[in-house]
Amino acid sequence: MISLTHYLVLGAILFSISIAGIFLNRKNVIVLLMCIELMLLAVNTNFIAFSHYLHDITGQVFVFFILTVAAAEAAIGLAILVVLFRNKRTINVEALDDLKG
Amino acid sequence: MSDLVPVIPEIFILTMTCVLLLVDLFIKEDQRDIVYWFSLAILASAFLLTYQGQPSERELVFGASFVRDSLSDILKLFVYVVSAGVFIYARDYLKLKGMYKGEFFLLGLFAVLGMMLMISSASFLTLYLGLELLALSLYAMVALEYHSARASEAAMKYFVLGAVASGILLYGMSIMYGLTGTLNIYEIQARLLEAGDAGRTGVAFAMVFILVGVAFKLGAVPFHMWVPDVYDGAPTAVTNFIGSAPKIAAFAMVVRLVIEGMGSLHEQWLQIFLVLAVLSLLIGNVLAIPQTNIKRMLAYSTIAHIGFIVLGVLVGTADGYSAALFYTLVYALMSMGGFGVLLMLRREGQEIELINDLKGLNDRHPWLAFMMMLLMISMIGIPGTVGFVAKLWVLEALIHEGFISLAVFAVVMSVIGAYYYLRVIKTLYFDKPDSELVMTSNWDSRLLVSANGLAMLVLGLFPGLLVPLCVAAFAG
Repeated sequence: MISLTHYLVLGAILFSISIAGIFLNRKNVIVLLMCIELMLLAVNTNFIAFSHYLHDITGQVFVFFILTVAAAEAAIGLAILVVLFRNKRTINVEALDDLKG
Repeated sequence: MSDLVPVIPEIFILTMTCVLLLVDLFIKEDQRDIVYWFSLAILASAFLLTYQGQPSERELVFGASFVRDSLSDILKLFVYVVSAGVFIYARDYLKLKGMYKGEFFLLGLFAVLGMMLMISSASFLTLYLGLELLALSLYAMVALEYHSARASEAAMKYFVLGAVASGILLYGMSIMYGLTGTLNIYEIQARLLEAGDAGRTGVAFAMVFILVGVAFKLGAVPFHMWVPDVYDGAPTAVTNFIGSAPKIAAFAMVVRLVIEGMGSLHEQWLQIFLVLAVLSLLIGNVLAIPQTNIKRMLAYSTIAHIGFIVLGVLVGTADGYSAALFYTLVYALMSMGGFGVLLMLRREGQEIELINDLKGLNDRHPWLAFMMMLLMISMIGIPGTVGFVAKLWVLEALIHEGFISLAVFAVVMSVIGAYYYLRVIKTLYFDKPDSELVMTSNWDSRLLVSANGLAMLVLGLFPGLLVPLCVAAFAG
């Protein structure tokens, strides 16, 4: 039997991987976008697990909204990425250094 | 039917913005003014709708996920005013930059809708949707100048950090949901009160995640990294928008999540807010000093002002919350005016970027220089301007609850902050102009900047115009 704890640990691990990915990754902006998606999926796992074990449907409703927003967010993120590539000819994270101080 | 009555302003804005989307498709390039006036008319009508429909007591609708009370009304009214002001300042700037398209106004209106949802949220779900509607509109607005490498870099940084902040906030919300079994903010409040000290560790864990998300959106140190870069890289008209109205929405988020939802945990979040406030005041004021770029300088000054707002909140009394609300509203007006002056000027055909670009403004446009000076001394907090009243009220609330050393620290930091504002005034008045400085704006923004600057004086001399509203918002 899989308990609530298992799901929560899975969620926590996914969340940690995504945070680590964002802070360790120094090469590629697309990896950042993937990490953001992973983070939202970790949250979704949490919500669904809680919703199931609490016998409360609102958590699952929230997940539908998160999925929709994540899709919109990915669309905007990729659009900005395209604009960025057109201007800079690179998507290297380290090349994002025009603004500092 | 009665469910829909408190939501009329939101429904109105949504419908009319969609209409405007269609109108924008069918008009010619040289008729773009229609979109501009249409969007101002939408905001003005929404103002009237909100003003007239003020409920006498708190109303909860849509399965208790949407709340309307006196706090939400005053915040919304200011959001309309500030957004309309930003649109007016932006028009001539956008025209000269070749960015005078419908998108700026449409995205702005959708952002306003997002802010209204955040302000009126009584559930994590509404709050999250409002937050994302606001954030997604803002990301797109920053990237509106799509041939600029700096703007697209700013948009990318804003997007990544904003999305991470939303993710962290959501993770905290999911834990809070698991612990309390509900998404409704008022039910969470009740259940946390009921639980007392039992299960505090888990709740504190969730609270930390939620607070990190909130601090990111506020732009409080140590979660401020995006603020200077985005302010600097975005087109100034967009910077003006990001720097003003969304601060009001971020304050609403603090009220709904922290003050209302987790009010019983005041002892715990007090510690975190102390760190945020002290660091924001310190880093904001100190790092603003070496800046030569005026947009970056104003970005660090924003961080310092956010520190003051957090100070008001951490007091934990209705008086402190009212003071923070007053500070937020006043700051939104000051920030709008400060960037607005930059938007109205061009130096040798280029937009204003550096503090030195304003050299000798007084010789060329004395009235505009005077307005800028009023806004700057209001940001310092010199008596006679409204910035002073705002700072005084926060300090008073702090001292009343015994945070003496914190109040002293805040005053010292304000004195340090006076340096970089005074430097702007010195540049305006005492430096000789060395190049052509032209005011490119139309009558509408000239009228607005006068109203904006004089409002600093009027509200400073007669704070009674705004103070009772802020007190009433937290009286319930």
